[in-house]
Amino acid sequence: MTADGGPELVQLLTPEGERVHHPEYDIDITPEELRALYRDLVLVRRVDLEATALQRQGELGLWAPLLGQEAAQIGSGRALRPGDYAFPTYREHGVAWTRGVAPLTLLGLFRGVTNGGWDPHDHNFALYTIVIGDQTLHAVGYAMGIQRDGTEDAVICYFGDGASSQGDVNESFVFASVFNAPVVFFCQNNQWAISAPLERQTQIPLYRRAAGFGFPGVRVDGNDVLAVLAVTRAALQRARDGAGPTLVEAFTYRMGAHTTSDDPTRYRVAAELEAWKLKDPIERVRVHLARGGLADHDFFDAVEAEAEQLAVELRAGCRKLESRGIDTIFEHVYAEPHPLVAKERAEAAAYHASFQSGATVGGGH
Amino acid sequence: MVVMTMAKALNAGLRRAMETDPAVLLIGEDIGKLGGVFRVTDGLQKDFGEARVVDAPLAESGIVGTAVGLAMRGYRPVVEIQFDGFVFPAFDQIVTQVAKFNARSEGRTPMPITIRIPYGGGIGAVEHHSESPEAYFAHTAGLRVISPSNAADAYLMVQQAIASADPVVFFEPKRRYWEKADVDVDADLADAPSPYRARVVRPGQHVTLACYGPMVRTCLEAATAAEHDGHDLEVIDLRSMSPLDVDTVAESVRRTGRLVVVHEAPVFLGMGAELAARITEACFYSLQAPVLRVGGYHSPYPPSKVEEDYLPDLDRVLDGVDRALAW
Repeated sequence: MTADGGPELVQLLTPEGERVHHPEYDIDITPEELRALYRDLVLVRRVDLEATALQRQGELGLWAPLLGQEAAQIGSGRALRPGDYAFPTYREHGVAWTRGVAPLTLLGLFRGVTNGGWDPHDHNFALYTIVIGDQTLHAVGYAMGIQRDGTEDAVICYFGDGASSQGDVNESFVFASVFNAPVVFFCQNNQWAISAPLERQTQIPLYRRAAGFGFPGVRVDGNDVLAVLAVTRAALQRARDGAGPTLVEAFTYRMGAHTTSDDPTRYRVAAELEAWKLKDPIERVRVHLARGGLADHDFFDAVEAEAEQLAVELRAGCRKLESRGIDTIFEHVYAEPHPLVAKERAEAAAYHASFQSGATVGGGH
Repeated sequence: MVVMTMAKALNAGLRRAMETDPAVLLIGEDIGKLGGVFRVTDGLQKDFGEARVVDAPLAESGIVGTAVGLAMRGYRPVVEIQFDGFVFPAFDQIVTQVAKFNARSEGRTPMPITIRIPYGGGIGAVEHHSESPEAYFAHTAGLRVISPSNAADAYLMVQQAIASADPVVFFEPKRRYWEKADVDVDADLADAPSPYRARVVRPGQHVTLACYGPMVRTCLEAATAAEHDGHDLEVIDLRSMSPLDVDTVAESVRRTGRLVVVHEAPVFLGMGAELAARITEACFYSLQAPVLRVGGYHSPYPPSKVEEDYLPDLDRVLDGVDRALAW
């Protein structure tokens, strides 16, 4: 296992901000597109930091930071077409951004006002999935539906290095392979599954697992937004062309805690984090834009200002996020009426009504 | 009316659902060329093609998990779990995902999935092929759980399950697969009785027997035998475990004053426990005896050579009746 991703790592923008070329994957990108990617990266990092702060201040019950994984998420999310469908874990805040899910919408789950928050079909972005790996099968099933509909859409499925040990993920590889489903398995290998290092999940680089299932795997620098964009685009196109699934291993690093309830100082050394800070996914784009004269101070200042404004709005919006109260419990348990739910809802309403002045306490037979 | 076995009736019901709605799709192990290990899907792949009758890899969680994705895409998957004891690899997908999708999405992504499970014992099978796991699923909000006891119900109820916007776990009493009944194959689904209502299949005055699936025939036979002792038993086919039609049972118990619940599943925390609690609450002053239960023991399903001692039969049902009457 190599800490730098090894020679097979696809990279188009070095940590120092230098554009390099790869024989198989390359990308034509305009300065405007580059600036747009930079803006995405900065804004989602700012949203993420604000959400972490909101948790620390008691406004959220929990937050799962994406810090360090911005390029993996923005690069892959921006490779999608509107008709494609994404199946996230619970950390894909950057992908959500690319699918047009407002950042405030993501907070409902973590504030405890909803177990969902958005209409998946409005954004072609499934709800967050917390049980590890379950969504990979949903993604493959959705892709099997696309096959039957004969449309030129593709599916992308997010999961992590920890999830690669789950049975469902391995079953999803089998189903996708034997049915040749148009799906891209996008594994963000952030090196840690809470406290378990990559070595506890695998003895070989994760992207090589794909070979055993009969489809290609590729390892990309997950902190290089250009490489991620290029590799994901190619994998999605391959899916659209009917050539089946691809496993993309985005080699990255969880720079923060697993969640706000975690304490990584108990299980990993500070030097590791320092080494990865040098490979920061945003800094290399900033350096590339600045050195190449592709963006000026006004641009960077404007993006910073926009990020601050977004954070202010997120904070204000978060405080106003309220649950719909007790109705939340009973609504939508079933799509069609269910007498037990109706009965218990009426009983709960009667119980609460009994506290109103003048109400008779206790019931008869 | 056509006389057919329950297996044939299920086959005809599946066929009609597939003809009616192009979104209906079957997925399971060995359901294509083989027609399923019980032949319930016999001939369907030949007529509807491999895209609509999908022979899946041997992975139950994969089958249910991909059904979730297909449902999100607008399909109505009908999953076949080969045997009761093989549903547990899919338990997470059913309980964590299928059951909760509608609530989590606030109604935006319902899960119109039917999960067919042949269940119950009495066929001399090896272990894991004779279990009755219905209580696990009835305990889970978001799922509907129903079970036909005869061919006529099987034909309609499987179509109703498929038409439901909610996920339905559909338990098929495998030892009754080959029993025949008159089936109205032209019946309009809109006129069919709700699958969630219990049915009084034999009226009686002295004791109510509540049962479902494979035990309905057993209880009807017990009721016939009880006539010789001068006991007039009312038999109720519950048909649905979630929702549970307590009202129909309560109406009966108010007349008979006695209730015995019969199922193959272990008695402890089974459907009988729930029914006993609810009937006690609803009929406290009508009851002449506590609600009694006859069912499986708190033991793993035994080797088949002793399953006769595990499964409720006519004599054990009548013993329950006698105890209720003697109270």
